[in-house]
Amino acid sequence: MANTAQTVEREAPQATEVKWQKPSKFKHFLKTAWDCKILLAMLLPALTYVIIFSYIPMTGIVLAFKKYNYVDGIYGSPWVGFDNFKFLIISDKLWPLTRNTLLYNIVFIFLGMFLAVAFAILINELTNKVFKKIFQSFMFLPYFISWVVVQAIFQAIFGFEYGIFNHIIEFFGAERINFYASPDGWPVLLVFFKMWKMVGYDCIVYLAAVAGIDQGMYEAASIDGANIWQRIRHITLPSLIPTMVIMGLLAVGQIFRGDFGLFYQLVGNNAVILKAADILDTFIYRSLMQTNDYGMSSAAGLYQSCLCFITILIVNKIVKIIEPDYTLF
Amino acid sequence: MKRKNKIFQADLAAFKLLGYVLVFIWGMLCFLPFLLVVMNSFTSEANIMRNGYSFWPGEWTLEAYKTCLENPERIGFAYRNTIIATVVGTLLSVMMSTMTGYVLHRKDFPWRNGFSFFFYFTTLFNGGLVPWYLMCTRYLGFKNNYLALVVPMLFSVWQMILAKNFMKSGIPFEIIESAKVDGANDFTIYWKLVIPLAKPLIATLSLFAALTFWNDWYNCMLFMNKNNMKNLQYFLHEMLSSIQALQELVSMGKVNLLNEDSANLPQQSMKMAMTCITTGPILLLYPFVQKYFVKGLTIGAVKG
Repeated sequence: MANTAQTVEREAPQATEVKWQKPSKFKHFLKTAWDCKILLAMLLPALTYVIIFSYIPMTGIVLAFKKYNYVDGIYGSPWVGFDNFKFLIISDKLWPLTRNTLLYNIVFIFLGMFLAVAFAILINELTNKVFKKIFQSFMFLPYFISWVVVQAIFQAIFGFEYGIFNHIIEFFGAERINFYASPDGWPVLLVFFKMWKMVGYDCIVYLAAVAGIDQGMYEAASIDGANIWQRIRHITLPSLIPTMVIMGLLAVGQIFRGDFGLFYQLVGNNAVILKAADILDTFIYRSLMQTNDYGMSSAAGLYQSCLCFITILIVNKIVKIIEPDYTLF
Repeated sequence: MKRKNKIFQADLAAFKLLGYVLVFIWGMLCFLPFLLVVMNSFTSEANIMRNGYSFWPGEWTLEAYKTCLENPERIGFAYRNTIIATVVGTLLSVMMSTMTGYVLHRKDFPWRNGFSFFFYFTTLFNGGLVPWYLMCTRYLGFKNNYLALVVPMLFSVWQMILAKNFMKSGIPFEIIESAKVDGANDFTIYWKLVIPLAKPLIATLSLFAALTFWNDWYNCMLFMNKNNMKNLQYFLHEMLSSIQALQELVSMGKVNLLNEDSANLPQQSMKMAMTCITTGPILLLYPFVQKYFVKGLTIGAVKG
């Protein structure tokens, strides 16, 4: 389109034998901008938004190398080199935080995907429409609530004094468990509540993909005598792979970014449990809001951002080699 | 052949049975906690003290809700803040992501790839919490400012990409081209043509946005100190935490709960009633958007 327009422009002056001048790049730029001025104006709000809330704060990563004080501001505060990072490493925080964030996310991603795909396949085979509709809605329910409400639910189930879980195990003769007094069991609880909240939503995404499969393939397979397992193995699963890869890639790219809501609401500031359940995000939040250690908080934040960025680049590179269709960018 | 068919049938029946059982179990795991919360919001405090939380209140009572609404001021403010933030925020947010998505989906917009990457890059790298927080508090003055309940969640690149992909695959470009030939300007095309064709998208984005604003407590926690400026979720969070802190002290033996003070503390049933009050309205939203939700989600499957 653009090419033809240019050739027309080029030929026209020659025909009238006026000496043709190559339009300057800048002029061309201005003309294009003028032609789509309304589109550009429509882009303006979002553009302003990401500049203010993403790009300008990006320059604030210098804070990681500074000792921030309110009077001098971000750019005026004195430089301290790598002191903030040194302190992070010396205080033996960095490794446990990174490990926790990574391990929890690995479990969240893979178990979450397994459950979502499994339930999508199971639900797809069910024939009772009413049952299907009701239970799908039930599974989707936790997606609608905030982590604060999950905390309320957690207290109602696992509370020491009145929680229903403790009443049930007491009924069967076991001792009550005070979950807030020891870090044991917390990894399981956190994984459970994360699955509880997100599997229903992911399941809908996969179900939509299952619904898009050509029914003729199933008919052909059943005429050939394929049993249900073969049908799942050779038709359903392969058609789900693109969705799985994309969802997985998006999640893996964020593997060093923890779910702040989950950890902050369920664990809170309980020092006993934090040993097993402190992640980078909660640490960054606490250093900023509770101990007001801007330097350490931004150092940890920069460390996390870099880890995320590097992971995405690596993952994208690998995908580009194996299957270019699935790349993120 | 007949025998083979029989095996096939048996396999299928077994698989279906497995499906019904597993889906039933997981569905119940998801649903029962909600039932527990609702039931105990109608249970008398004495009953919970005696029997703990249970699925059936011995006697039904509205006591907890009455106590919650006895001091209507804080709840009133919290409700007002949440509702205004949700309505204003959802409108602006849906508008922004569809508008941006529309511009970037236009095939005849020469710089669409450059701008798309400009937006996408913000999901790959960011400056972290501290610079963002300082931007909001020092330079934009969000501390104790109602804007803090709306603006930080106004624009999401993922929702913009969802909008872009939906329009790319859901709205034929010929329609837009012919409208242009007829002399419609780019905004008119968006407003009169694209928006009415994108109902499933609007429903999906509205649901996402409404959930984000209704369920927000994080921004409130970061920016709000004044009681009458807090929103519902954060109000609930403060209530739960205060009672949690107390229980921890009790379990460590530092405080004796059996004295008269316990009568004045936030109570268990009240906690549950408050949870219902904060969650109810957003759950009511689901049936209205359900019809469009799946469609909007599938067509706009996230990819940059």
